[in-house]
Amino acid sequence: MSEQTVSTAAVQADPLKQSATGVRPISWKYPITYAVLAALAVLFALTIPAGARTHFRLSSGGDFFEIPLVELPSRPAGWILAVILVALAGLAIWQASRRVQTRLWLPLLFGVLFVLAFLVWAGADRGAVIPLVTMLTGALALSVPLIFGAMCGLVGERSGVINIAIEAQLLAGAFLAAVAASVFTSAYMGLVFAPIAGALVGALLVFFSVKYQVNQIIVGVVLNVLIIGLTGFLFSTALTQNPELWNARQQLPRLPIPGLSQIPVIGPVLFNQTILVYLMYLIVGLLNFFLFRSRWGLRTRAVGEHPKAADTVGIKVNRMRVYNVILGGAIAGLGGAFFTIGQGLAFGKEMSAGAGFIALAAMILGRWHPIGALLAALLFGFSTSLGNTLATIGTPVPSEALLMLPYLITILAVAGFVGRVRPPAANGTPYVK
Amino acid sequence: MSASGSQQGMTPAPKPEQQSPWAEAEGRLSRALRELGQTSWVVTVLAVVVALVVGAVLILAANRDVQASLSYFFAQPTAFLETSFQVLREAYSALFRGAVFDWQAPSAARSIRPLTETMVYSVPLILAGLGIAIGFRSGMLNIGGQGQIILGATSAGFLGYALSLPTGLHVLLALAGGILGGAIWGGIAGVLKARTGANEVIVTIMLNNIAIYLLAWLLQQQWYKQTGSNQPLSSSVDESAQLFSLLGSGFRLHAGFLIAILATIGVWWLLERSTLGFEFRAIGENPEAARTAGINVPKATALVLVIAGGLAGLGGAAHVLGTEYRLAGGVAGTLGFDAITVALLGRSKPLGTFLAGLLLGGLRAGGVLMQAQTGTPIDIVLVLQAVIVLMIAAPPLVRAIFFLPHADGRPRIRRRSARRKTEASAATSSARQPELQTASTSKASSAEPPSAESPSTSTQEPGK
Repeated sequence: MSEQTVSTAAVQADPLKQSATGVRPISWKYPITYAVLAALAVLFALTIPAGARTHFRLSSGGDFFEIPLVELPSRPAGWILAVILVALAGLAIWQASRRVQTRLWLPLLFGVLFVLAFLVWAGADRGAVIPLVTMLTGALALSVPLIFGAMCGLVGERSGVINIAIEAQLLAGAFLAAVAASVFTSAYMGLVFAPIAGALVGALLVFFSVKYQVNQIIVGVVLNVLIIGLTGFLFSTALTQNPELWNARQQLPRLPIPGLSQIPVIGPVLFNQTILVYLMYLIVGLLNFFLFRSRWGLRTRAVGEHPKAADTVGIKVNRMRVYNVILGGAIAGLGGAFFTIGQGLAFGKEMSAGAGFIALAAMILGRWHPIGALLAALLFGFSTSLGNTLATIGTPVPSEALLMLPYLITILAVAGFVGRVRPPAANGTPYVK
Repeated sequence: MSASGSQQGMTPAPKPEQQSPWAEAEGRLSRALRELGQTSWVVTVLAVVVALVVGAVLILAANRDVQASLSYFFAQPTAFLETSFQVLREAYSALFRGAVFDWQAPSAARSIRPLTETMVYSVPLILAGLGIAIGFRSGMLNIGGQGQIILGATSAGFLGYALSLPTGLHVLLALAGGILGGAIWGGIAGVLKARTGANEVIVTIMLNNIAIYLLAWLLQQQWYKQTGSNQPLSSSVDESAQLFSLLGSGFRLHAGFLIAILATIGVWWLLERSTLGFEFRAIGENPEAARTAGINVPKATALVLVIAGGLAGLGGAAHVLGTEYRLAGGVAGTLGFDAITVALLGRSKPLGTFLAGLLLGGLRAGGVLMQAQTGTPIDIVLVLQAVIVLMIAAPPLVRAIFFLPHADGRPRIRRRSARRKTEASAATSSARQPELQTASTSKASSAEPPSAESPSTSTQEPGK
């Protein structure tokens, strides 16, 4: 992307020269990962009992054509998948040794097939049906607040303000969305007020971190405590004393997109959603465009990478940061609305349950890029959904292990095992003119 | 993911450069924390006042009698004021009676019980807060108190009921297990930071969540919880592993408080008198200078988080062996995040942390009574806590709220009006001109170093 050419322009000359002379070291990290996972798939295939069967449910009501329950003989299916995975791993190793660039389809295909192999093994002879569509819908539902939160963090950090308070912004959004929807008896009013709540928390963050230059991480941590306390206090007083007025359940209606929503499997997952989810698609797309193709985006990145240079050419550094963090807060507030009106639930104490921190992790794993953050958040949502599904059908793998997965991957990413993660250069540094 | 591979292939060299923003942020962090330590106790007191006022507004807004009296405010304003005063007096006197001295208690022993309750609540806060404070002094933001406390509690509790040993030995072994558990959890973040430059804030946040799921998983394993039931609750710690009571039955105060005092003294000695503590402070003040002076910075970095984790683990152990006795999923509550507040409030000094731990312990203990007697939810304690720390972190704001003079001695208001005047009449007023100019030039010169060139320039910045 364009920001990489900007930031690595200085160092690019060197590696190019190296590759011309053939000194560039081969990166074995990914091929080895593929090999290990392929070996795991073989192990799955080996341990499937003979004659076992795995059931998948692929359909949900209202498709163009009903797909019957898919029943696979587990052992052959496991072996076929394992062989393909081994072949893909071999291809990756061959490509690495020949210094050929791997294309994006390889990891994606590998990931999907590995998950399938895992499901075939996990569901073998359990007598339970693996509800694939339900699982994917659940994965998207779990991802929505994460994606909103990651976009919020991204807008702030690209301009140089670390936002640990995503959790607080989600929670504030969830709270005000529920209250506004309940008071006006309209879920759409909740959608109007949720961004305001998030933006207010964002405003507090910049008030302390930009105006008074308090350490941004400290302000973020404290704001989390403040909002948890505040919403908890109001929940235990006003909201529980008079739930009909303040905390009645309201739900955004589902708006299936005609045509698209009837595609089997992906239709009901992606296109039979509330307006909030469609807004999310829009926001990710817009951010991805404007961050790299607009004046606002260029200025945001300039302020985050080298505020002094930005100031020299006349960009108001601190004003830019204030606007961006408040905008990010509004985005996170919308994400918080998904917890309450998006799912038709009343507000509950601490209902964001750490989603803000996972969103932070998704943003880092996605390298401060909208599409990367989107994919990372989807991965986290999927692994949680998989964990929940496994917990209900009962498998040898504890669901907690899968629930831990997002955090483990993030630690590995930050420690440099999964590519290199580079934050914006001026991230966390207050700008004093 | 192949895009990442290509990016990495293109830029194998600039590893040190990539670490620089974080390293620079650390230099700034330690400076910010140092500045935090220079603010006077007046700010602390005023911060508590602001917090109590914010709390009062919340209590009044949520109270039904006050709402009712507000509806006829214009007809009878005194009724509103009277009710408000009544409600606030009840709430805050309950807070005080729950935390310090209960003058309504039937017996003398019962009336001093609140103070001992405050001590009980403060034990894990002080211990974990000391751990966080060591991190702050060494320029590291350890957000992982929560995970370290959980690991400490997890291992201490397990040793407490799984083994059967003589009394003294058992309790010592369980405490040691707690320290080890926390130290390992902190050490993961420390070693990763020292070896790969992984940012400790992110790693410790992630480790917190991993610890929660780890405990949840352990509490489903029969070999771990040893109860025979399906409840996610462990069996009770043996009598021989419990921290002995200091004041006999009727009081919950246990030997953990002595441990907290000893740990405070120990941390003071470590930071102020020992070579290791000097190294810690040196890498916090200026890692480059520390490296030049021959300090093994990676080793010291890892050790800081090991010791910090050990202290937090000890806090978790004391919490389980002294008060809880059983492990449940929420055994740590919000202790880890409260400990950060404690360290900030105590300005990262051992004695300050001890006193701040007592203050927050008092808020907890008082909050319980306040909830029971006046129906004010205990969540308000979190709000008070957050407001106190925000105010302490931004002394100019506190000074602005109370119309106090600026740090450089001039009264705020006159200064602001002077600036406005000069802005209006451009350069005509010659009397104040030189003063303003020097102010702006000194600002400009202080802003020059922290540009994103290298960690050394920023950390060597004198910072006035």
